[in-house]
Amino acid sequence: MNWSYPVDPYWMVALKALLVVVGLLTAFAFMTLIERRLLARFQVRMGPNRVGPLGLLQPLADAIKSIFKEDIVVAQADRLLFVLAPLISVVFALLAFGLIPFGPPGSFFGYQPWVINLDLGVLYLFAVSELAVYGIFLSGWASGSKYSLLGSLRSSASLISYELGLGIALLAPVLLVGSLNLNDIVNWQKENGWLFLYAFPAFLVYLIASMAEAARTPFDLPEAEQELVGGYHTEYSSIKWALFQMAEYIHFITASALIPTLFLGGWTMPVLEVPYLWMFLKIAFFLFFFIWIRATWFRLRYDQIMRFGWGFLFPVALLWFLVTALVVALDLPRTYLLYLSALSFLALLGGLFYSPKPVRKGGGA
Amino acid sequence: MTLKALAQSLGITLKYLFSKPVTVPYPDAPVALKPRFHGRHVLTRHPNGLEKCIGCSLCAAACPAYAIYVEPAENDPENPVSAGERYAKVYEINMLRCIFCGLCEEACPTGAIVLGYDFEMADYQYSDLIYGKEDMLVDVVGTKPQRREAKMTGKPVKVGYVVPYVRPELEGFKAPTEGGKR
Repeated sequence: MNWSYPVDPYWMVALKALLVVVGLLTAFAFMTLIERRLLARFQVRMGPNRVGPLGLLQPLADAIKSIFKEDIVVAQADRLLFVLAPLISVVFALLAFGLIPFGPPGSFFGYQPWVINLDLGVLYLFAVSELAVYGIFLSGWASGSKYSLLGSLRSSASLISYELGLGIALLAPVLLVGSLNLNDIVNWQKENGWLFLYAFPAFLVYLIASMAEAARTPFDLPEAEQELVGGYHTEYSSIKWALFQMAEYIHFITASALIPTLFLGGWTMPVLEVPYLWMFLKIAFFLFFFIWIRATWFRLRYDQIMRFGWGFLFPVALLWFLVTALVVALDLPRTYLLYLSALSFLALLGGLFYSPKPVRKGGGA
Repeated sequence: MTLKALAQSLGITLKYLFSKPVTVPYPDAPVALKPRFHGRHVLTRHPNGLEKCIGCSLCAAACPAYAIYVEPAENDPENPVSAGERYAKVYEINMLRCIFCGLCEEACPTGAIVLGYDFEMADYQYSDLIYGKEDMLVDVVGTKPQRREAKMTGKPVKVGYVVPYVRPELEGFKAPTEGGKR
């Protein structure tokens, strides 16, 4: 299967890049409001509704506040890295989004609905998200504070551990499609059915690992206030702190856009296919899903997170990768994978209904 | 911690997402007070219009915060102010000292001073927080700052509470009622 994609002129690519950056920053601003409002409603509160109609100007007020707050640079800080770290975080968070296709070729006023079409798309995503760890790690290092350093070490350790499960979970679809290009992956799903049907365990692992990647609630220990003050951005204030927040939310939005692109058919839909619409709905669904989980579940302890990542997600992803590799290498019918996927889904359902009494082990652990 | 428990917890939070928030958006919506709330004092009158207060100063004696000052005077028999021999010529309560304990109410032999419902008394000057008779007699609606604002804007006084019913000790006192269950 070889799909070919038209290429946009450079000025159009630049324009779309600008659009994505502006769009993401706006989305970040309003996601903070939406998240706060939704969390409030989950907790039977009302949430911020004072600034403007329905509180819609709250992001603006927050922005003005964070810009005009005193910008403190700690005396012990490494000044250059201290300033550089939040910038690195935001820049690498922004870079990933441009790959995601929002519709068929030519659906953006006759141009392409993606910023750039890379043949190494998935690899690029990994490279960029790994580099984002630098922002977190350098911020902890440059702050000259033990809490920041501990927070950043924890954060980067868990990010790297989960990146492994994430990457291997993604190998199964990549093997099936035979391409690293995100457009190819979406088009393959359009022709053969969505990938989560073929790789349900990989989908689950990817979903959980992207929660960890975006440092969302069950895995948000970089900001475990009870233990670490503020995590890696303890010493940051004013707009620099806001930049970290921005990076975090952009990771969150990007993760919510990547999950549907890779596993749920991206912009395609079996019925009523409209470019953009389904993609935005799918993104909105996952954003809501992540907020829902944040409102419900608790934060895991650090060792639990590491054990879960290395001891469960990684083996499951690896196992499914090997199964997929076997099917692809022996050129078996792909429907085998469908059956296996369905089987794993049934196993998950079984796990839902089978609930043994929690075992209490003596002596900690 | 099982998968089932995790899934159930998601269901619980989703249920709460669609329930009505318990928040009272207070300055926009009134606070529901209990009928026996201890708020700003009210000096009640007899049904014939005479003040119940006889200027005996028992409230001032009972007051643990020394917030009450009473200056009695003899009633003019032709034109009495109160139902007794004497009446309170000056009756002042310092709302900054008052702890709203209600001991004055218990000490009062004629039931003249009763704690009402107004609580929005925040003001800018100490002198404005000393409430005289003209600020506490039954027919007065609202607190000093509320009445000042009403005078400035020309709108009626808006109090920030509702009560299910006005308790009988507050004879003649008008308060916004809602859900009138007794």
